[in-house]
Amino acid sequence: MLLKRLSEAHGVSGREEDVRSIILEEIRDRVDAARVDAMGNLIARKKGTGESPLRVLLAAHMDEVGLMITQVEDSGLLRFAKVGGIDDRVLPARTVLIGDHRVPGVIGVKPVHLTEKSERDQVTGWKLLAIDIGASSRGEAEKLVQRGDRAVFATEFRELADSRSAWRTVQGKAFDDRAGCAILAELLRGRFPFELSAAFTVQEEVGLRGARVAAFAENPEAAVVLECTAANEVPTKRDVSPSTRLGAGPAITIRDNSFIADPRLVELFAGTARDLGIPHQFKQPNIGGTDAGVIHRARAGVPSVTIAVPARYIHSPAAIMDLNDFEAAITLTREALQRLPAAVAGARRTV
Amino acid sequence: MDTAVLVRELTEARGPSGYEAEVREVVRRRFGENAHEVRVDSLGNLIALRRGESAPGPGGARPSVMLAGHMDEIALMVTQVEKGFLRVTQIGGFDPRVLFGQEVVVHGRRELAGIVVSVPPHFTDAAEREKPVPLEKLFVDVGLPPAETEAAVRVGDIVTLRARWTVLSGGYAACKSMDDRAAVAAIALCMEELARRRHEWDVFAVATVQEEVMGVGAATGAFGIQPTMAVAIDVTFAAQPGLSAAESVKMDCGPTIALGPNFHPLVFDRLMAAAKALELPCQVEPIPGTSGTDAWGIQVSRSGIPCGLLGIPVKSMHTPVETVCLRDIERTGKLLAEFISRLETGFADTLVTPDALAVSKADAPTEKA
Repeated sequence: MLLKRLSEAHGVSGREEDVRSIILEEIRDRVDAARVDAMGNLIARKKGTGESPLRVLLAAHMDEVGLMITQVEDSGLLRFAKVGGIDDRVLPARTVLIGDHRVPGVIGVKPVHLTEKSERDQVTGWKLLAIDIGASSRGEAEKLVQRGDRAVFATEFRELADSRSAWRTVQGKAFDDRAGCAILAELLRGRFPFELSAAFTVQEEVGLRGARVAAFAENPEAAVVLECTAANEVPTKRDVSPSTRLGAGPAITIRDNSFIADPRLVELFAGTARDLGIPHQFKQPNIGGTDAGVIHRARAGVPSVTIAVPARYIHSPAAIMDLNDFEAAITLTREALQRLPAAVAGARRTV
Repeated sequence: MDTAVLVRELTEARGPSGYEAEVREVVRRRFGENAHEVRVDSLGNLIALRRGESAPGPGGARPSVMLAGHMDEIALMVTQVEKGFLRVTQIGGFDPRVLFGQEVVVHGRRELAGIVVSVPPHFTDAAEREKPVPLEKLFVDVGLPPAETEAAVRVGDIVTLRARWTVLSGGYAACKSMDDRAAVAAIALCMEELARRRHEWDVFAVATVQEEVMGVGAATGAFGIQPTMAVAIDVTFAAQPGLSAAESVKMDCGPTIALGPNFHPLVFDRLMAAAKALELPCQVEPIPGTSGTDAWGIQVSRSGIPCGLLGIPVKSMHTPVETVCLRDIERTGKLLAEFISRLETGFADTLVTPDALAVSKADAPTEKA
């Protein structure tokens, strides 16, 4: 299963090669051309049927949040920094895999028996944590890891629900945004009325950096960003509406912190979903941001929308996603793209 | 026995305090390989007897030593099912800060994978992220529709940490439940070693239950076994960031031999002598009061049982990544076997002084560090 392979691949922002090579092998026979640009974006092109002169960009980011080794101490312990947004509170007592050789390590915790009550009331910040790989000296440690190595959470892909369940939930790391990558790879099996640019982008988690140059280079007339978005449904005292819900279908973004979606594209996806009876939902506005934030302002501007699979606990070592939502996102996007030229008629620039 | 295989088997097995059935079967097989009798007592302690070679004394009993390592582990228990999410309480003591975002297994009507939920950073402000989430606000999510969760899980179901056996470099390994399966492994290695050697004393290898909730199994087990002497084996705090030299010991420098009111001075001496005979590294660990181990309950069983304690250094105790040096487990097993094979039948008589008036002050046992 591609999603499982992508979820378990290592691709902390700036080191997306493993993810890229899995995707390249997967899409090789489905595209007409593919290149890797200066930043590491994998950009594939697929010719359309010729009915529409548009070029449409589909984007999904390959990178994930993780850790970077910043120092090997004399004791053999490793100090690290966070790459992307990670809550310090998920770090203690974690197993991680470091570097190209996937050296296992654990993030140690002071035993509760020797911890004062006042300490337990505080979060141990990442600067105070260290990774233990079993090395008892700097020399021993440096045989296995180097400063600058990236580390990812050691989380295996797992199916949570069995065949009797109404949900098809899976658990794993980096669904944000390997789910989007898997959807995009799947969509490339189809043929669309227009020429497609498929950008598997780098460095989204450190500032939407890959998508910016990909959008410039591809110069599309419309863009759809394929994402994985947070479903926050944990009960709280305050009654806050969840951002998105698991099992309620792909989420269409109307606006988030990075852009306002093109209303024509929002209606294209919502209308397609209604016509075909595909479950869908709208993401609660003003939460998060995606590659669309930079794509929509590339060059003279690109009408854009984000379609996201809801997942709980993204940016932590293990997220939960429903494959029904995942597959509905593929169907919805595939069908909506067929109708896209009419929706953005007039977007075509005269050069 | 391959130590890594043994320790992996033991630590991956499930056995929260009071629910030790699964790990007990692993222990039964491992202890059973080198025992003459194996039984389970009324609270669930697994007791394996290896008979010694000395002639039985009056009443048909040989002097005996009880080796106690606890097989229970700390865990969580469901207290409420709310909108498909599970509220939990603890069995034994976690720092709730290590639970946030961890993978768990819920033992409901069927086994369900889940995670202790973390609110994604997108929904929390900086001030919130600086506060630990208390246990009352932690939920377990099994990723099923609420109605299915409610059908599969009920109040009182057990939740265990997902075992993730991780081999580190240099002969180190990490997993849940090293506390105290590392000791159970050391006892299994000791029994294997004893099968190759002669020993006069009977040996009761005991994997105790419910240590993490007040040492229940060891106290009742010792009452039933009535050993002449007992050695508890537990984990102890290894040096790591945040711990002073005074509150921790070194890893890969052998087990600790404990000294203090919980321990009989002669048992301590004999353990030290065994280490010396093997030229085996070991460390002295002074414990001024309660040891917080099975030895504390065993010592006051019946009319008192002389106790010793070996400690296996562990980092990150009471977390899913308890870390040990496998060589320390092997050393502990060797030390126990040497200690036992050097016990002569008459040593039992030196542990108590039935006629104190006949003994001069100079002969009284003293603690030697």
